[in-house]
Amino acid sequence: MTSTVRIAEVGKWYGRIDAVSGASFELGQGEMVALIGHNGAGKTTLMKLMLGLIHPTHGSIRVLGENPAAGEFSARRRLGYLPENVSFDATLTGRETQRFYARLKQEPIAKAEQLLDVVGLGAAADRRVGIYSKGMRQRLGLAQALIGRPQLLLLDEPTTGLDPELRQTFYDAIQRLAAEGTTVLLCSHALTELEERAGRVIIMNRGVKVADGSLDELRRLAQLPTRIRLKISDLAPGEVPAWLPTSAPCRRLNGHVIEIDAPPEQKIDLLRRLTAAGTPVEDLDVMSPSLDELYAHFLRSAERPR
Amino acid sequence: MNAVLTITAKEIRQAVRNRWVLAATLLLAALALSLTFLGSAPSGSNVGARPLDVIIVSLSSLTIFLVPLIALLISHDAIVGDMERGTMLLLLSYPVARWQVLVGKFCGHLAVLAFATCFGYGAAVAALLATGSEMDREGLAAFIAMIGSSVLLGAVFIAIGYWVSALVRDRGTAAGVCIGLWLLLVLVYDMALLGLLVLDRGQNMSGSVLNTLLLLNPTDIYRLLNLTGFANVSAFSGMAGLAGSATLSVRILVAALALWTLIPLIAASLSFSRREL
Repeated sequence: MTSTVRIAEVGKWYGRIDAVSGASFELGQGEMVALIGHNGAGKTTLMKLMLGLIHPTHGSIRVLGENPAAGEFSARRRLGYLPENVSFDATLTGRETQRFYARLKQEPIAKAEQLLDVVGLGAAADRRVGIYSKGMRQRLGLAQALIGRPQLLLLDEPTTGLDPELRQTFYDAIQRLAAEGTTVLLCSHALTELEERAGRVIIMNRGVKVADGSLDELRRLAQLPTRIRLKISDLAPGEVPAWLPTSAPCRRLNGHVIEIDAPPEQKIDLLRRLTAAGTPVEDLDVMSPSLDELYAHFLRSAERPR
Repeated sequence: MNAVLTITAKEIRQAVRNRWVLAATLLLAALALSLTFLGSAPSGSNVGARPLDVIIVSLSSLTIFLVPLIALLISHDAIVGDMERGTMLLLLSYPVARWQVLVGKFCGHLAVLAFATCFGYGAAVAALLATGSEMDREGLAAFIAMIGSSVLLGAVFIAIGYWVSALVRDRGTAAGVCIGLWLLLVLVYDMALLGLLVLDRGQNMSGSVLNTLLLLNPTDIYRLLNLTGFANVSAFSGMAGLAGSATLSVRILVAALALWTLIPLIAASLSFSRREL
């Protein structure tokens, strides 16, 4: 696997504030990576470092074989970036804006203009960006990021302001690109959206990388319980099913529904006991820890040693 | 180079859209026309000054006030404004060097200013021709030189505006600093120089000191260039005396204006490339 981005021991200080410290990771070709963390965790700073907009205080960065901090920029032809709260020159139309960016990347103008249709801006292409809504600006932002089949896409909060349908088209488009070998780095707060899509998750907290791996790896590391929700018809109030081991705490949600926190390795065993006991179960839900919960867990464990 | 041209074209298009071009051209044309018709009235036709020379003198005095102001207005938020609006962030993620952004903007803004000056002041000449005034070759050459040097003066102040824009944190500060610079270079400097000359009574200040002091202010270079460069104009403007003591050739004056453009532009480029956003 060739790596598109290589970040080694990178730190960035603003005065006495560490925006990022000691971050190291590599992004491989065709990987779709979610970079998550709350505001001020250093996500945007990392992206700006990769673009050479700011210089690292220490450490080294290689992006598409170049060092962006040294002012090398020819690799940016193969890079697409969508900043958070993207903004454009208000007096130009969407089409003019798209043409301008295509010229800067030396890509065919006609192909870039087709992207406007892809993001659903075809009808508004000749209106001025100044009267665009937030969602339309965001779509234009996506359209410019996709110009010229980028090998690396850096997307900062790409789906804010997009309606669900467009979100779907957007994720389809970038998944197609990733399948063709584009590395996609996504920053987002919409964790549920990323859950099924990102092959890998990097969690940042206060400029420090606290977790990095696929969702399954993170689940294994976190050891968070799987929640099993049962609807049992003839359960007396206060009664706890006899087959339930004491190691698995259980809560009663309402008259018929109980929720069990099962450690991951006991999950199957519990279900076996349940069927063996012949409990009259009406309904059953098994919920693996979501990205939200994993995120909260890793943040908590990162805070604890301090 | 392609990137520079792309940015230049975009700047020009924006200036046309938000009516900068129209406003600047109309302003300069209106003032030039009113000077043409009103300004030549008191001098009449019996002082021996030809109308074109009168116009050159009055228009170049006007230029000293107005062109730097327009140039600074266009240029002061070129960098800091785009940063505040957030458009710079996206632009710099594209394969362009920061100096290319700056040079592209400079060419675009200079084109806007050149257009406004040529057409605004050109209106004055057209009006003179239309009213049947005669024009000799020397007068016309002086007029064209005046337009050329006005554009050069504009270039100086665009470059200065960029430097300010590359240094300060927000647009308000940029505007404030630019107004301060305009006051200093257009008004205060000359008054101070005049006061100095009066106090000195020609005792210590030699011609070369005066030359240096005049070269230190781009508006004075412009004034020397236009009011002393051509014999007729010089006599009429009352600058003949100064022209005698300040011995600077046209070539030196033009070179000085070019340097005044180049140095702030390079400084702006350096501060801009060091800047983090």
